[in-house]
Amino acid sequence: MTDAAAHATQPGRSVRRGPIARLRHSKTAQSYALLAPSLLVLVIGVVIPFLILLAMSFWTRQGFEFDTTMTTANYARTMDEPIFGAFLMRSFWVSGIATVATVLLCYPMAYYVAFHVHSRKMLWIVLMTLPFWTSYLLRVFAWKVILGYEGVINASLLGMGMIEKPLEFLLYSQTAVVITLAHAWAAFAILPMYVSLEKIDRSLLEAAADLGDGPVLRFLRITLPLSMPGVIAASFLIFIPTTGDYITPALLGGPDGAMIGNLIQLQFGAVNNWPMGAALSIVLMAWIAAIGLVFLFVTRRAQRMAA
Amino acid sequence: MSKGTYIARPNRTLQIYACLFLIVLYTPVLFIPLFSFNDSIYVRFPLTGFTTNWYVDLMSRQSVWHAMWNSIRVGVFVSIVSTILGVMAARAITRRKLPGQNAIIGFVMLPLVIPGIIFGVALLVLLSRMGVTLSLNTVALGHLIVCMPFSVATLLPRFEGMDRSMEEASADLGENGWWTFWRVTFPLVLPGIIASLLLTFTVSFDEFIMAFFLSSTDSTLPMYIWSQLRFPREFPTILALSSLILMVSFALVFVALWINRMGLNDEDALS
Repeated sequence: MTDAAAHATQPGRSVRRGPIARLRHSKTAQSYALLAPSLLVLVIGVVIPFLILLAMSFWTRQGFEFDTTMTTANYARTMDEPIFGAFLMRSFWVSGIATVATVLLCYPMAYYVAFHVHSRKMLWIVLMTLPFWTSYLLRVFAWKVILGYEGVINASLLGMGMIEKPLEFLLYSQTAVVITLAHAWAAFAILPMYVSLEKIDRSLLEAAADLGDGPVLRFLRITLPLSMPGVIAASFLIFIPTTGDYITPALLGGPDGAMIGNLIQLQFGAVNNWPMGAALSIVLMAWIAAIGLVFLFVTRRAQRMAA
Repeated sequence: MSKGTYIARPNRTLQIYACLFLIVLYTPVLFIPLFSFNDSIYVRFPLTGFTTNWYVDLMSRQSVWHAMWNSIRVGVFVSIVSTILGVMAARAITRRKLPGQNAIIGFVMLPLVIPGIIFGVALLVLLSRMGVTLSLNTVALGHLIVCMPFSVATLLPRFEGMDRSMEEASADLGENGWWTFWRVTFPLVLPGIIASLLLTFTVSFDEFIMAFFLSSTDSTLPMYIWSQLRFPREFPTILALSSLILMVSFALVFVALWINRMGLNDEDALS
């Protein structure tokens, strides 16, 4: 606002300027110029690669080269061969369970810090989110150490003679993947829920109490609905990245717990069918977008109906 | 403020839950350093004895040092570039309301949510079509995409929380835009810049999936760990290496988060 006013007071000068000079002195143009390098990196690193990935998904493999004639053969395969659908479904199932588990387990924690911690709040937030910043690979590796065939649980129980053979359901299973995903993404889920709980106007709760609502009703009628945006954000933030996760199923999933990310990696690795891998990536993205939109639509509807 | 009212009444159950939560959150990670000092090739209880042999073994490996040097080079480069880009972007976004501003922020934040494997394979496809050979440079490009959201997310609140009248005062006193930035804006946002440098370095240092797709024989530390995970007898040494990485990450992030909170007014009241 003040900039515009400053410019307006010097009409004589700005009239004499050419269009390029005017552009250089326009604050909006300057702002876009400041953004340009970031956008350039994103175009080179995200947009163009994604477009080429999309194009490649319509190609086919010819030995070690690609046949670049456009065909939907890869997409037809993802429909016809049940293995692709099965992997997708399993990915959504596993990360769906992990998401629900994480949100349910993290909500009380976010609630506690938002409502019951008064001094040293910052310390709690740092403590809760610190693990998120450390290597994802190592956090998954830690669970391999615990759950593994030779891991802490199995090896200790075996060593103490409490079991005859390793508990196989712990390692190389969907259970192991769900446990690991829920644990690894917990720190990520807490923040959005904490933020929306923290924002709740405390006087609403006092008003409800004055009007005779007990703690349970207060929670159900005020706290929970008002914190739903955080819960939804947290669900998205866990569900979307975990469906395409590669490390956890690769280290802990075994054949039973392998997910779509592993299948995509195989196409770019051992199977060496890049167009197929590209098609699978696009299908995964499309599904994520579709599920996200439906989820958003349903929750919006539900919120509007509640309001 | 609401201390002592019925809403803030201490809740014993929640307190216990919160403590358990933190214990469960940290225990798995703590097993790594615990067993890295255990005098046995097997990772199991009871512990057999204390040893630092795994660390000694680690230090004697040329490939570990090489991978660490690679990780540091990539991390330093990526953290500096993504922080500079983040400063420019945050400055542009907070200076005035830009058309399409929310779309741009969402676009920058995208890599935080989209599965890393998608970005990894998409970049791999682009680079191979362009005939670029995979190297640490391609890893750095991948890391830059991953790190930029963290820079912007760290720096945006800094720029937003900055007292705009300071800049205006400087301009009124005759400083040009560049000097105003260096002498007024920069010191005000410095904690955010330091936090962004430390956080993005940590993210790059720890990043695996981009490096997995975009690196060649020159590996980073997480890639080195991955390559050794197949060999059970390497387990203790990898535990030692992981402990060191965890220690560095925890320290860097703790310092970064602490610095970043300094001087943010709304947090002062809380802590």
